[in-house]
Amino acid sequence: MLIRFVLNAKPVSIEVAPFDLLADVVREKFGLTGTHVGCDTSQCGACVVHIDGKSVKSCSTLAVTLDGASVTTIEGLAPPTGLHPMQQAFHEQHGLQCGFCTPGMVMSAVDFATTHPDPTAAQVCAGIEGNFCRCTGYQNIIKSVQAGARAMHAAKGA
Amino acid sequence: MNHPGGIETPLHNPTGIGAAMPRKEDMRFLMGRGNYVADIKRPDMTAGVFVRTPHAHARIVSIDKSAALAMPGVVDVLTGEDLKAAGVGGLPCAWPVVGKGGAATKEPAHPPIAQGKVRYVGDAVAFVIAETVAQARDAAEAVVVDYDVLPAVVGVLDAIKPGAPAVFDDIPDNVCVDWDLGDKHATDAAFKKAAHIARISLVNNRLVGNPMEPRAAIGEYDRSRGQHTLYTTSQFPHIVKLLMGNFVLNIPQHKLRVVSPDVGGGFGVKQFHYAEEAVVTFAAMRVGRPVKWVCDRSEGFVSDAHGRDHVTDAEMALDENGKFLGLRVSTIANMGGYLSTFGPNIPTNLYGPLLAGVYTTPAIYCEVKAVFTNTVPVDAYRGAGRPEATFVLERLVDVAASELGIDKVEIRRRNMIPPDAYPYQTPVMMEYDSGDPGGCLTKALVNADWDGFPARKAASAAKGKLRGIGLCTYIEACGLAPSRIAIRLGVRGGLFESAAVRVHPTGMITVLMGSHNHGQGHETTFAQIVSEKFGIPADNVEIVFGDTDKVQFGLGTYGSRSLAVGGSALVKASEKVIAKGKKIAAHMLEASDADIEFADGVFSVAGTDRQKSFAEVALSAYFPVDYPLEILEPGLEEQAFYDPVNFTFPCGAHIAEVEIDPDTGVVELLNYTAVDDIGTVINPMIVDGQIVGGIVQGLGQALYEDCVYDPESGQLLSGSFMDYCMPRADHVSKVSVETHSTKCTHNPLGSKGCGELGTIGSPATVINAVVDALSHLGVSHVDMPASPHRVWRIIAEAGGATKPASQSTAVP
Repeated sequence: MLIRFVLNAKPVSIEVAPFDLLADVVREKFGLTGTHVGCDTSQCGACVVHIDGKSVKSCSTLAVTLDGASVTTIEGLAPPTGLHPMQQAFHEQHGLQCGFCTPGMVMSAVDFATTHPDPTAAQVCAGIEGNFCRCTGYQNIIKSVQAGARAMHAAKGA
Repeated sequence: MNHPGGIETPLHNPTGIGAAMPRKEDMRFLMGRGNYVADIKRPDMTAGVFVRTPHAHARIVSIDKSAALAMPGVVDVLTGEDLKAAGVGGLPCAWPVVGKGGAATKEPAHPPIAQGKVRYVGDAVAFVIAETVAQARDAAEAVVVDYDVLPAVVGVLDAIKPGAPAVFDDIPDNVCVDWDLGDKHATDAAFKKAAHIARISLVNNRLVGNPMEPRAAIGEYDRSRGQHTLYTTSQFPHIVKLLMGNFVLNIPQHKLRVVSPDVGGGFGVKQFHYAEEAVVTFAAMRVGRPVKWVCDRSEGFVSDAHGRDHVTDAEMALDENGKFLGLRVSTIANMGGYLSTFGPNIPTNLYGPLLAGVYTTPAIYCEVKAVFTNTVPVDAYRGAGRPEATFVLERLVDVAASELGIDKVEIRRRNMIPPDAYPYQTPVMMEYDSGDPGGCLTKALVNADWDGFPARKAASAAKGKLRGIGLCTYIEACGLAPSRIAIRLGVRGGLFESAAVRVHPTGMITVLMGSHNHGQGHETTFAQIVSEKFGIPADNVEIVFGDTDKVQFGLGTYGSRSLAVGGSALVKASEKVIAKGKKIAAHMLEASDADIEFADGVFSVAGTDRQKSFAEVALSAYFPVDYPLEILEPGLEEQAFYDPVNFTFPCGAHIAEVEIDPDTGVVELLNYTAVDDIGTVINPMIVDGQIVGGIVQGLGQALYEDCVYDPESGQLLSGSFMDYCMPRADHVSKVSVETHSTKCTHNPLGSKGCGELGTIGSPATVINAVVDALSHLGVSHVDMPASPHRVWRIIAEAGGATKPASQSTAVP
C-alpha cells in the first residue's frame, strides 16, 4: 500500500508491504543506514528513531502505521551545519566507541532530555535502559546525556 | 583521569602524545554516516540466508533443495556437497599448539557448510540465494534436510567421560590436545614441603561476545578481471584474505580484495575467518552476482565463536608465612564442534603463562585438556585466556589468605615481584620487562578507601544488606606478539604489524595501517602519534585501514596489539620519513645530512638559523629541483614493519565493593576502582573509555552473562538478549580509573596496551567482593555469574536468608 509521511522534514510517499518494518524501510528504501539493527527481539535500541518526536524502536514498528506521521532518523537530527547539542555532547564526553549503538542511543537521549532538562545519573540510566552499548560501559554515555540535556535546554532558553 | 608519575610528554602540542583530544572518527558515527557492511549495496546484489541445523549432533541423511529452488526469486541453493564438488577446502586453524610429548593438535576438517554430519545447533547445512532477503528466508524454510539425530555432548566434563558421544568419529575421546606447561617435578616438590595447601574448583562461564553490530559479509566477483571482493565485519581483513584465499577457495592473492569498513565492535568475536565469508565469496562467483548475508542476532548467538568455558581444579602450596611455593592447575577447556581460527591457542599459550600473575611463585605446573563438544566453536573473547588465568589465581589467593588468616592485601604484598626485580623471568615462559603492580595496589587502596570499608559494611548491615570488598591484581601478556616466540608456540604466520606514512606535497599525511579500528579510537590515537612525530596538527592526518587493496599488509587488531605493535610500526615508518626528509632538507639547505636536525615540524642546520618547514620539504620531494638522483629519490612515503621482541605486560590492581540483598540474592556493584600500569598513554580520554568499557564487560561475566546449553538436547537456552543478560546502564555504578605507568622497555612508544585489562581484572575482583560479602556464611567461592538465583540459593543453603539484619550485624 502507498503511505505518505514526513521523513526528516521532507514529505515522502512510498509503496510498502504490510509486513515491512520501519527500520528496513528507512534503511533499504530511503538509504538512511544510520538507523541500525542490532537484534531481532526489540532489546538493543540501535534502531531508535522519532515518530512525532517520541523515541520508537523502528525494528518493531510496521511501516504501514506511519501514514501521516513525522519520522526523524539520526540523519535528520543535526542542523545543516554542525551537530545537535546531544550529538556534540557525545563527542565531547567520549560517549561512543564503535558507533553502532550511537544513533539509537542519541535518538533515545534526545527524547528523554526533552522532558529532563537537568537529569541525574539515575534518571539517565532509566531513560536509556532500552539501549545496549557493549563498548563504553555506559559511564561516558551517562555524562553525555546529562551534558546534552543541559545544552539542549540552554539553547532553547537562549 | 589522573596521570601521575610524570612520564607523559609535556603537552607542547595540543594534538600530540598525551592530549585528551576528542576523537576524529566521531562525526560520521554521530551523524549516522558510518559505513558498516550491512549498509553496503552493490549493483544487482542478491541476498543470502543460511539454513542452520536445529540439532546439536546428527548425520545428514539427505538434503532436498528442489522445492526451495522452485520458490519465487530463488537464484541458487548451495549445500556442503556442492562446495566439496567445487573443490572448496575447510576452514583452517591458524594456531594449533604442541601437546604433551610433542603431540599435535587434532585438526578435524571444518567445511564451511556441513558435510556428512552437523556438530552443533546452528551448524550451516545450506545457503539460499534469492533476489530479496524475504524470498531467501521463505525458501530456506523449504529446504528439506533429513537427519539421523545422534546423542550430543555439550559440557567438557561429560565430553571426556568414557562412552561419551564422539563429536568426530575418528576422535573417540573428544580430546583435541592435551597440553602442559611448567616444571611438574619442581612443582610436586614444592607441594611436598608446603605448610598449607589451598584448593579451589571453579568454572569459568561460557560467554557470547555480542558486539552490537551483527556479523555480515558480501561477496562480489568481476568475471572480466577474475577479481573477487569480500566485504566483511572483520578485525583483520588481511588474514581473512590469506586464510580464505589460500586454504579455502584457492583464489590467488592478487585477485582477492577484502574490505572491512566500519565495524561495530569486535571483542575478538570478529577476529576469526568465518565460514560465511567463504560461502558468500564462493556464491558470488557461482551465481555471477554480488551476494549479501547479514546475520540476525539470534543467528549470531549460534554462529559467532563463543568465549571462555573452562572447568578448573587448582591448588597452591604455601609456607607457614603465606609465601607461595607452588601452583598446580588442571583445566578442561571447550573447543566446541570444530576448531575456530585461534581456538587451541587461547586456553593454552594465552592462559598457562599468565598463572604466574604478579607473584614470585617459583614452581608452576599447568595442564590443559582442550576438548570437542557439540557446541558453537570457542575462541578468543576480549582478554582470551588471561581473564581465565587471573580468575583462577586471584580466587585461589583469596582462599589461601582466608584459610591462613592473612590479610588479603598483605598476602599479595608478601608474594609480589619486587620493583627492582624487573626484567623478571617467570617459571612459565614469560619475561616481564617492566611493571609496578605494587604501586598500582597502593594507589587503588587509597582511591577505594579500603581502610574505611568496615564502617561502610556496618552501615550496609544496618540496612539489612551484606557488603563485600574484593581485590585483584593482574598481569597480562599483550602486544601480540613477537613472531620468533609465537612461531615456536605454533602460530602459522608472523605477528608483526605494518604502517605506511604517505606525505602529500602539501605536508598533509595519510597513514595506511595494518591495524583495524572498530571502536578503539585508532583514527585519533595514531593521528596523535603522527602529530607528535612531525609537529603537525592531528587534523592534517588521515588514517586508512581495513582494505587490502589500500593497505599493503597487516595482521589486524586483537590481543591489545594495535598501539604496542601497530603504533610502533607507525613510529618506525615516521622515522624513516624524517630520515629521508633530512636528506631533502640537506639538499635544499646545501648542508650535510648529518648536520640536519628535525624538531617541532622544522628541519634546521644544527647551530644555525637556516631551516625548512616540514611542508616545504614535502613540497620539494614532489617538485625535485636538481636532486642528486643517484643518492636521493623524489617522493616522500615510507613503510615499516615492526616485529616486537617481547610481549608487553600491562598490570594493575582493581578493587570492587558490592552490596547483596540477602532476601533476593541481587548483587549491586557500588563502586569500582582501577589503577593500571599500561605504559605511555597517548590519549587519556580514549584510554579511560577502553578501561571502563572493559571493566563493565567483565562485570557482565561476573554478575549477569551465561551461555547455557541444555545438557541433554544440546539446545542453546540463552540464545537471545531476552535470555542472555548483558549489562545495561542501570547495572553500572561509578568506575574510577587511574593510570600508574612504567614504560614498556622494548618498544619505541613505551606503551603496553589497555583494551583487554578490564575484562581481565574485573571478574576476579567482583567475585572476590561477592565472596567477601558472604564469607561469614562459610562461603569460599561463588561461580559466575553471581546471579540473584545462585547467590540467593547459597545464602539460603547457608541459612542466611531469613533474618538478614541480625545475621549481618553479627559480622565484624
